[in-house]
Amino acid sequence: MKEFKYTITDPQGIHARPAGLFVKAAAKYPCRVTIAKDGKEVDAKRILGVMSLGVKQGHEVTICTDGEQEEEACAELEQFMKDNL
Amino acid sequence: MGKAVFTGIAIGKISIYHKKDSVVKRERTDDPEKEIKRYHEASEEAKRELAALYDKALKEVGQANAAVFEVHQMMLDDLDYQESVENIIRTQNVNAEFAVATTGDNFSEMFANMDDDYMRGRAADVKDISNRVVGILSGTGGSGFTAKEPSILLADDLAPSETVQLDKSLVLSFVTRHGSTNSHTAILARTMNIPALIGVDFTEDDMEGHTGIVDGYTGRFIVDPDQDVLKEYQDKKKQEEEKQRLLLELKGKENITKDGVKINVFANIGSVKDVADVLANDAGGIGLFRSEFLYLGCDDYPSEEEQFKAYKTVAENMAGKKVIIRTLDIGADKQVDYFHLDHEDNPAMGFRAIRICLKRPEIFKTQLRALYRASYYGNISIMFPMIISVDEVRRIKEIIAEVKKELDQQNLPYKDCELGVMIETPAAVWMSGELAREVDFFSIGTNDLTQYTLACDRQNPNLEDFSDTHHPAVIREIEYTIKKGHEGGAWVGICGELGADTSLTETFLRMGVDELSVSPSRVLAVRDAIRKTDLSR
Repeated sequence: MKEFKYTITDPQGIHARPAGLFVKAAAKYPCRVTIAKDGKEVDAKRILGVMSLGVKQGHEVTICTDGEQEEEACAELEQFMKDNL
Repeated sequence: MGKAVFTGIAIGKISIYHKKDSVVKRERTDDPEKEIKRYHEASEEAKRELAALYDKALKEVGQANAAVFEVHQMMLDDLDYQESVENIIRTQNVNAEFAVATTGDNFSEMFANMDDDYMRGRAADVKDISNRVVGILSGTGGSGFTAKEPSILLADDLAPSETVQLDKSLVLSFVTRHGSTNSHTAILARTMNIPALIGVDFTEDDMEGHTGIVDGYTGRFIVDPDQDVLKEYQDKKKQEEEKQRLLLELKGKENITKDGVKINVFANIGSVKDVADVLANDAGGIGLFRSEFLYLGCDDYPSEEEQFKAYKTVAENMAGKKVIIRTLDIGADKQVDYFHLDHEDNPAMGFRAIRICLKRPEIFKTQLRALYRASYYGNISIMFPMIISVDEVRRIKEIIAEVKKELDQQNLPYKDCELGVMIETPAAVWMSGELAREVDFFSIGTNDLTQYTLACDRQNPNLEDFSDTHHPAVIREIEYTIKKGHEGGAWVGICGELGADTSLTETFLRMGVDELSVSPSRVLAVRDAIRKTDLSR
């Protein structure tokens, strides 16, 4: 299992569009991917769940990958967060 | 009354947008797997529609605004959503329509309860995709807009998918009960360049086909206007079309006469937010920035820092174009409590403008320090109001010298600003030869100059018959001022209302005026007048 923490810098937070892109990126990998905020964890491959976290600027999220290709998934998603959020 | 999200005037027939019937019946089924299959087929069809809408929106409103349809497709693919629909069908043995509608309601409620305006707005998205699938399942799709001619569209609210599917050539304006300034409808209205109002309370009964007027300047929505109102708005619309025509034709063009004489056309503004208007109307600079806004409407003197920020913002936004800032012109018709000015019987001729600044140099110095500090960030010139003598200008310069010395000592950067005086008293006109040798430029304030020359109070409506704005005395004063200004090495502009009077543009050009400063909305009209003038004839 791999995980990383990231604090959102985008002023709009994880709004619909980046949520969509994030979900797309996560869905490429066979491993389980979760995103959690304040102890609430959701499946990162499901957009409604990701949006339901209501992540805003300044919030810290924990992203966790578990299973096949967890290393690659973790690396790509970390880069995605840095580039987009 | 509503809130305008885009300006403009629309006049035309009213057409009401009828939402598709979204009442979904709960029906029992003996074959839930068949309903699940129906649901998946409808969902696939909905995704195909959304892909087509995405392409259409991409062309109409751009990628950032089209992305919503991509998100909609992903929402339909969402496993939580799909599992919810399937669960409802299986456990309750109900039809697909009911399961989709219930799922849509549940998710939409989840968003509606979030503590974030943006996320609350997403409730409409989930509703929208669910309605789309239900529409496909029950065969009740299709547009709710049935206008046959270009019309004003009235709706409760419009979902993004609804606005994109509209035949745009039939929409003159959007009027909705709900919606926000950032809604898709508002964005579309801006892209289409048509007026739109939100938050309008209307009753749909018997409005279909009636004549309506949308005033995107004031937010007014008028149904069945009488002849006078209709005429008034038709005229307004014509003026607006003329303005649009000028904008397209003249933006980016020079202020040059047919025989090649070029002058500057600048804009007059009264607050920082007016800069947007200045740039939108393609003014070459700001010819009069009234600094009073910083002093009016507050309880105490504005600090140096506050003023510095305002001047700096304007200078930076104008990106190197000239910004002429007029120092405090308080008194007369502009009273501020904390100045504790005595009551005057004749305030227009009283303790005002530069007179206050010279008598209370601490107020003046604060403003000058802010101006000089801001000068470092752009192209600022400073102009002084209500001048009547050369001695006043010399006293001003002494104070400026002190201010610069202080800034030097504090190592604060500044530039050397061009200095100018307003020519708005007959005394300044007759002293213009001497004044020109003291300053870099003149700006003729025709409103006060007319009042003082004709001895006609600007505020007294009974004097309208006497206060002839084209009075030869005032025109001669302007001519004399330009001549004397040039002889003394100062350039001369006009910043009063006469500057925008296009019936006088040729007269001013023949006098050799260097700059006309007018309200932002008049910039292009004046440019048009200049470009139609031929001084060689």
